Amino acid sequence: MASLVGSRVERKEDKRFLTGKGRYTADINLANQTYAIFVRSPHARASIKKLNIDKALKSSGVVSILTGKEIADDKIGGLIAGWAIRSEDGTEMKCPGNPPLAKDNVNFVGDPVAVVIAESLAEAKEAAEKVEVDYKVLKAVTSTADAMNGDTIHEGIDKNLCFDWLLGDRQKVKEAFDKADKVISIDIINNRLIPNAMEPRACVADYNAASEEITLYTTSQNPHLSRLIMSAFGNVAPEHKLRVVAPDVGGGFGSKINVYNEDIVCSWAAKKINRAIKWVAERSESFLTDIHGRDHVTHAELAVTKDGKFLGFKNETIANLGAYARVFGTVTPTYLFGPCATGVYEIPAAYTNVKAVYTNTAPVDAYRGAGRPEATYTIERLVEKASMELGIDKTELRIKNFPTAFPFKQTLVHTVDSGDYVAGMEKAKQMADYKGFEARRKESEAKGKLRGIGVTSYFEACGIAPSAAVMSLGCGVGLWESAEVRFNPTGQVTVYTGSHSHGQSHQTTFAQIAADELGVPIENIDIVHGDTDKGTFGMGTYGSRSLAVGGIAIVNACKKIVEKGKRVTAKMLEANPEDVEFKDGEFIVSKSNKKKTIGEVAFACYLPGVRDEMKSPLPEGDEPGLKETSFYDPSNFSFPAGTHIAEVEIDPETGHVKLEKYTACDDFGRIINPMVVEGQVHGGLAQGIGQALYENAEYDETGQLMTGSYMDYTMPRADNFPEFNIGYTCTHATTNPLGVKGCGEAGAIAAPPTVMNAVIDALGGQEVTMPATAEKVWKACKNLKKSNAKAA
Amino acid sequence: MKDFNYHSAKDSKEASKLASSSSAFLAGGMTTIPSMKLGLATYKDLIDIKNIKKLSGIKVSGKSVTIGAATKHVEVSNSKDVKKAIPSLSSLAEGIGDPQVRNRGTIGGSIANNDPSADYPSACIALNATIHTNERKIEAAKFFKGMFETALKKGELIEAIEFQIPEKSSYQKHPNPASRYAIVGVYVAKHKGDVNVAVTGAKSCVYNDKDMSKALTGNFSSSSIDGMDLDSSEMNTDMHASAEFRASLVVTQAKKAVDAC
Ligand SMILES: Cc1cc2nc3c(=O)[nH]c(=O)nc-3n(C[C@H](O)[C@H](O)[C@H](O)COP(=O)(O)OP(=O)(O)OC[C@H]3O[C@@H](n4cnc5c(N)ncnc54)[C@H](O)[C@@H]3O)c2cc1C
Repeated sequence: MASLVGSRVERKEDKRFLTGKGRYTADINLANQTYAIFVRSPHARASIKKLNIDKALKSSGVVSILTGKEIADDKIGGLIAGWAIRSEDGTEMKCPGNPPLAKDNVNFVGDPVAVVIAESLAEAKEAAEKVEVDYKVLKAVTSTADAMNGDTIHEGIDKNLCFDWLLGDRQKVKEAFDKADKVISIDIINNRLIPNAMEPRACVADYNAASEEITLYTTSQNPHLSRLIMSAFGNVAPEHKLRVVAPDVGGGFGSKINVYNEDIVCSWAAKKINRAIKWVAERSESFLTDIHGRDHVTHAELAVTKDGKFLGFKNETIANLGAYARVFGTVTPTYLFGPCATGVYEIPAAYTNVKAVYTNTAPVDAYRGAGRPEATYTIERLVEKASMELGIDKTELRIKNFPTAFPFKQTLVHTVDSGDYVAGMEKAKQMADYKGFEARRKESEAKGKLRGIGVTSYFEACGIAPSAAVMSLGCGVGLWESAEVRFNPTGQVTVYTGSHSHGQSHQTTFAQIAADELGVPIENIDIVHGDTDKGTFGMGTYGSRSLAVGGIAIVNACKKIVEKGKRVTAKMLEANPEDVEFKDGEFIVSKSNKKKTIGEVAFACYLPGVRDEMKSPLPEGDEPGLKETSFYDPSNFSFPAGTHIAEVEIDPETGHVKLEKYTACDDFGRIINPMVVEGQVHGGLAQGIGQALYENAEYDETGQLMTGSYMDYTMPRADNFPEFNIGYTCTHATTNPLGVKGCGEAGAIAAPPTVMNAVIDALGGQEVTMPATAEKVWKACKNLKKSNAKAA
Repeated sequence: MKDFNYHSAKDSKEASKLASSSSAFLAGGMTTIPSMKLGLATYKDLIDIKNIKKLSGIKVSGKSVTIGAATKHVEVSNSKDVKKAIPSLSSLAEGIGDPQVRNRGTIGGSIANNDPSADYPSACIALNATIHTNERKIEAAKFFKGMFETALKKGELIEAIEFQIPEKSSYQKHPNPASRYAIVGVYVAKHKGDVNVAVTGAKSCVYNDKDMSKALTGNFSSSSIDGMDLDSSEMNTDMHASAEFRASLVVTQAKKAVDAC
């Protein structure tokens, strides 16, 4: 049987998605359901003086209106930060309470204060307009850079500072800088983004008064985690009385990791009114209340020798958490950011200091790449600047500082098991025709255009693990993953995975893996996920962990099945288990060449007997049935890496940046399905290029979101991109049996600095901030013209 | 969205009879429906004009192109007749919004709405259009009054827009990257005797730039407007572009348009 791993198997999920047969949360309608509309704060910061629902209650069709008071009275808990960060001075981070419905204070535009539940959506909306809230508007804090100087948002949290965290050794860095020939320094802003999953958030909550069970259908990347949080912290229901189902989910990008206010409120309220409640976000609600991403202000410095060896690195960052600290809000700018900020280089001394601040803006949390795009942007902009200032070719300078041997003990935290950064660089240069660039630059110049080339070499840490390590650093949960492989008596297989697919193609990739491990045709394998009733527990999908953690759990469970199969075969064929080999779905006794198929073994496990014979195929000690479970806890992260190269052409008269070429050469270890990986790379690149050239979430000084619709928030479109030139190098991960790394975030991590390095190269080294919009670039072109004229 | 009455008019007369101070015509609904949905506008009556046959279609004569008010953008962009007579008009239509918008939005709705960043108003000015309503004919120069303001009276229905075929013309737009409306759009049309340089997106309402028109009437070459320093004091400033940038773009886009003619 040919191996399926490595081949472009068509996606099993596409039939359903492409024919409109997906089943998303908004597609779910329950008998007798009601509709919820949330009354949200129109102010970024205010105290609630009075909330009057009398008029609204009289509105037609209203079933119930609930406010922060009821939720507090019922002792329903608030939203939480999942990772406790300790400041450099040893103090614990400071987090404000975040009730699902605000009672006393609101802290960003969109903060919910009440829920209106009615017989129809239109009636709920109409009644919601009649809820009267008397706010005392307070001065909002909106700027990341100035947040520490603003009014105190949350009582007792001085300077709006959640923590002031350090990773690394300041003294060693100082010594390194003292020895340097040159210090390159840079001030950068990592612009705030809105994830914009295609499917807006939604939930449907149902209560069964007889079983006292709440079922919540919700747009989640991690239903078990949601259940745990809602149960342990939200006090909504004990875990065994709470079922969370995340059916088809139309994109998450991190924005659907969090348990949101609406999940808790609808679950709690469904029990209160003893009816099902449906809520579907409108796009404008998504803009306002989905978690946002990035939003860092950074000053970084690189100490170098004159021939280009890196000696030391400093990174001083202010990270905006928004109004509240959420699930991965505090780890994203710390452990997901700091360790990667030294990039793919040997830098003997380094530190990263992060001050995480609260502002009156939507909560900021993990968004595709989470911390690693910010880290890569910092180091790669700095290295590009160093190459300009030192006059050393940008690719040579990088190669000069690449690690020469693996495992590579990276300066701050990670030990990178495998990689070949030079090979990646060389291949990328070839793919991009790096050598031919000067000729292309001249051609552009002849047309009156400016052309630039930008390079990024990155590595990233995904599949965050092991549990003991992450929990020792403050994580509230372990980050293992589970799988259950269940045979039916007639030989088909159901694989439950605790990870969750919301666009990642698990149904296909995981089936390929199981098909190879078990020798069962892929059509006979179903992948199940997204329902707390269908598996024991799972940690969900984020941080490119599904394959490198969840996929390995499947492999391990399959291996246990094979082990049992060998024992059963041995018993059935009267051989020693050690003499049974398994290949392509068959158990073969090496000595006699007698065999049993895995289907026959499964059948025998479920129907362990033979007519007219008192004989069990099950060896002593083995129970009937064929189902195995694995809870896999990796020994380390996995470390994809690569080099990307972009070329842009700028029209100096309009400032328009045209992305002419984009080359991505990535090392994702073993590739299970190249088509799926290409899709992941394309999507990541679109978001990364979007950050560099188009996307920006902007608040005004009163805390109103200026980019609250697609009329103003620039979502990139297909015509913004060239055809991507994608290639790979491959070094297998040594820390897992498949040799796989993660591929989901690479594009979003590498693209922003790659594109910006190209833009800034075209602009003769002049800094522009992301996104490089026409006006910013036009201004830079004018300056360039002026300084060129002066020089001449 | 608040409840409203839906009417489908069979002719212009019925449509204007149904109109009141709390009604709107429903062409493609591309502006009307989102405004109602977001609660920015409420109407008691919506009068659908899509079923009025007379309002759709394109006619080309030797001197002019006449487009029915309810003709969709996609019909204008695909029309071989328009492509032949005034290619720039067809490419303008092709550059509006996205395919969904072009499949619903109409020329009449666009100019009745008179969004300061809409594309068609510039075509009307540059191509000396005449707006035919159920009551009268209005010259384009007198039709666009100000931001979202036109010479239309309550209940007055645009039936068709008649464009004068120029010798040469080109429309060049610098789009808002998010909405794809014009940050600045410049429509240059060379007629016998004079040149119009209609500018949209830059100010509160479309206008004919007199200085550039004059310069180009004298010498129809981009060099005659190169480096022109336009007064930006009345130009729009928003998060996508400052007045200063818009002023520069007006000249740049005008030059491009002349070069493309
Ligand atoms: C996402 C998006 C992107 C867009 N991008 C662009 C762009 O790039 N460039 C651009 O120019 N436009 C753009 N538009 C506008 C679009 O092209 C439509 O022309 C405009 O929205 C009007 O829509 P409509 O024709 O459907 O008219 P409707 O929404 O049905 O009506 C709009 C108004 O015009 C009135 N009206 C309609 N027809 C008549 C008539 N015959 N007589 C009198 N009054 C009438 C109505 O009473 C109403 O007040 C965009 C719109 C959207 C939604």
